[in-house]
Amino acid sequence: MDKQRRKFLKIAGASVVAGIGAPAIIKLSSSPAFASGHAAPAADHAPAADVHGGHADAHGAHAEEAPTGVRLGMVIDMRKMADNPGLLDNAISACIDAHNLPQFPDSKNAIKWIWKTPFENVFTDHSAYHASKKTAHIDFPALCNHCDDPPCCRACPTQATFKVVSTGIVAMDFHRCIGCRFCMAACPYGARSFNWQDPRPYIKKYNKNFPTRMKGVVEKCNFCGERLALGQEPACVEACKGTGAITFGNLNDAKSEVRAVLDKEFTIQRKPTLGTKPSVFYIV
Amino acid sequence: MIEKTLKGKPAYWIWLAFLGMFMAIGAACYVRQYNFGLGMTGMSRDVSWGLYISQFTFLVGVAAGGVMLVLPYYIHNYKEFGRITILGEFLAIGAIVMCLLFIMADLGQPMRALNVVLHPSPNSMLFYDAIVLNGYLFLNVLCGWVILTAEKKQVKPPKWIYFFVYLSIPFAVSIHTVTAMLYCGLPGRHFWLSAIIAPRFLASAFAAGPALIIIACLVLKRVANFDAGRKAMNKLVTIIIYAGLLNMFFVGLEFFVGYYSNIPGHMHALEYLFFGLEHHGHMYNNLVPFMWAFVILAFGSLALLACPIVKKDDFYLGLGCAGLFIAFWLDKGIGFVLAGFVPTPLHEIVEYVPTANEIGITIGVWAAGFFVVTVLYKIAIGVEHEVEG
Repeated sequence: MDKQRRKFLKIAGASVVAGIGAPAIIKLSSSPAFASGHAAPAADHAPAADVHGGHADAHGAHAEEAPTGVRLGMVIDMRKMADNPGLLDNAISACIDAHNLPQFPDSKNAIKWIWKTPFENVFTDHSAYHASKKTAHIDFPALCNHCDDPPCCRACPTQATFKVVSTGIVAMDFHRCIGCRFCMAACPYGARSFNWQDPRPYIKKYNKNFPTRMKGVVEKCNFCGERLALGQEPACVEACKGTGAITFGNLNDAKSEVRAVLDKEFTIQRKPTLGTKPSVFYIV
Repeated sequence: MIEKTLKGKPAYWIWLAFLGMFMAIGAACYVRQYNFGLGMTGMSRDVSWGLYISQFTFLVGVAAGGVMLVLPYYIHNYKEFGRITILGEFLAIGAIVMCLLFIMADLGQPMRALNVVLHPSPNSMLFYDAIVLNGYLFLNVLCGWVILTAEKKQVKPPKWIYFFVYLSIPFAVSIHTVTAMLYCGLPGRHFWLSAIIAPRFLASAFAAGPALIIIACLVLKRVANFDAGRKAMNKLVTIIIYAGLLNMFFVGLEFFVGYYSNIPGHMHALEYLFFGLEHHGHMYNNLVPFMWAFVILAFGSLALLACPIVKKDDFYLGLGCAGLFIAFWLDKGIGFVLAGFVPTPLHEIVEYVPTANEIGITIGVWAAGFFVVTVLYKIAIGVEHEVEG
């Protein structure tokens, strides 16, 4: 009896060890394959090196930058937006199509990555008292600022949202997010949305190149990390191509186009006093 | 000692069945929420925390309040608290159980909760909150159980347990401090961004926790033939009054800073809470009745507790404690968390109203907490009766 029991325990113990070990073995062997085979969805949560590899291809001109020195950002020129009515709408729908953003009929469930709203809502610290006609009448785009010092990443208890070292993009790992919504409370820009229910039935046009999300996770603008990895521009930037309304690039590269615009024009950022160092600039 | 929970008068079983019914309703509501998602609640993109997190915040305070018995008894050797210190520890266990349940109910992906452990993030306050809450739960279970076992055997508790008893005191302070830090370190949420949040939390906790213990003692006196002793109760009332007044003082300081500095961001949430906030011609004032009920109940109860009659009459004592407990629940369990989201980061105002399903889960969790406390108190009182009888 005793011997049998010991034997049983031995086998049981061995199988438990094997059971624990097996996933690790599978994981080790499958992860590189995953990263290369599905480059697009992996871009969000692949190791930094992989993302950077893709990124260097995307921005040949920036390839000489030190791997840690990239900080992607954009300048939005509201003069151009005002001259081209409908441009912002195009940019927004390009984003919706690129990222499988669900369109809920109510604002309670709204998933927004880039959206339009009046000046006084985007720039709450600026006075709208006797504001110029232009600021009073046109809508401004609001999106994640991809802060250099992001409070959302500080708040996240699982590192499901994090700054990608090689690009400065504030990214999300939809598979790690536990849905505590601490990041939503921490973001001073209201840039984050939560999937209060399954978003899939509300996706109008399904794009198979980007993962859909499940209920219970947070999401937000990812500066099109998946498109950058393929050498493409962010969807909203591409939608404004030729107008100069949105300039995108490496803020740390003195020779970049985005820096040329910043050197020339007076720009403002949202809530700069909070110390988050936003990477999105506006020319009003 | 667990066998003591299995023997009781019909009233005991009816009470447990009553709680069990609400727990079952809560569980059914949770299944619905689990299947559909948190869209079952009244929370939205703009008010992303609701009843669950506000209950959690309040109950952390109730748990921390138990230290107002532990500290005088173990540090100052205040013997009168000898009979009821265990009640404070067991109440803390029930409160922490509720806290953890509320956190789980609030998660969008509860099956991934262990990610907090698997991917420890020392920069997140939630990481520390998980540590101190579970630590405090463990300490109270350990200390309560070891000391009660010693009492049952009528021997002195082992010396090593005192290390954990003393450790539980800073832990009690830490659970509420860290919970305050969840809020007060967030840029762009002006109402929460205040250094006085942690002291204010502690003050209201040290009033609300002991108030609930007094209510429990009064109930136990009637139903379980357990007398905590007048002297102990009166001392607790003194603690409650001072802590309660401190909380009201801190609330007043928030008003001063907001309104004297005249900085809109510092006034908006207070205005929304107490007077209603006008925005684009619409008046938003959902929480105004709750907040004035808080102020009136708090001052009324504190005044009542200061009256000499409370020292003799159980009814007025219970009334005062219940009033203060409800008042601070309105303040911290309703107003504090919700007002932090007003206005939104884009200066819009979105009001939150919980759904029936959400309220069902909330009541279910409260019932579960009371269930745990009832069972634990049954054990504690059973042992005391055994020792005395």
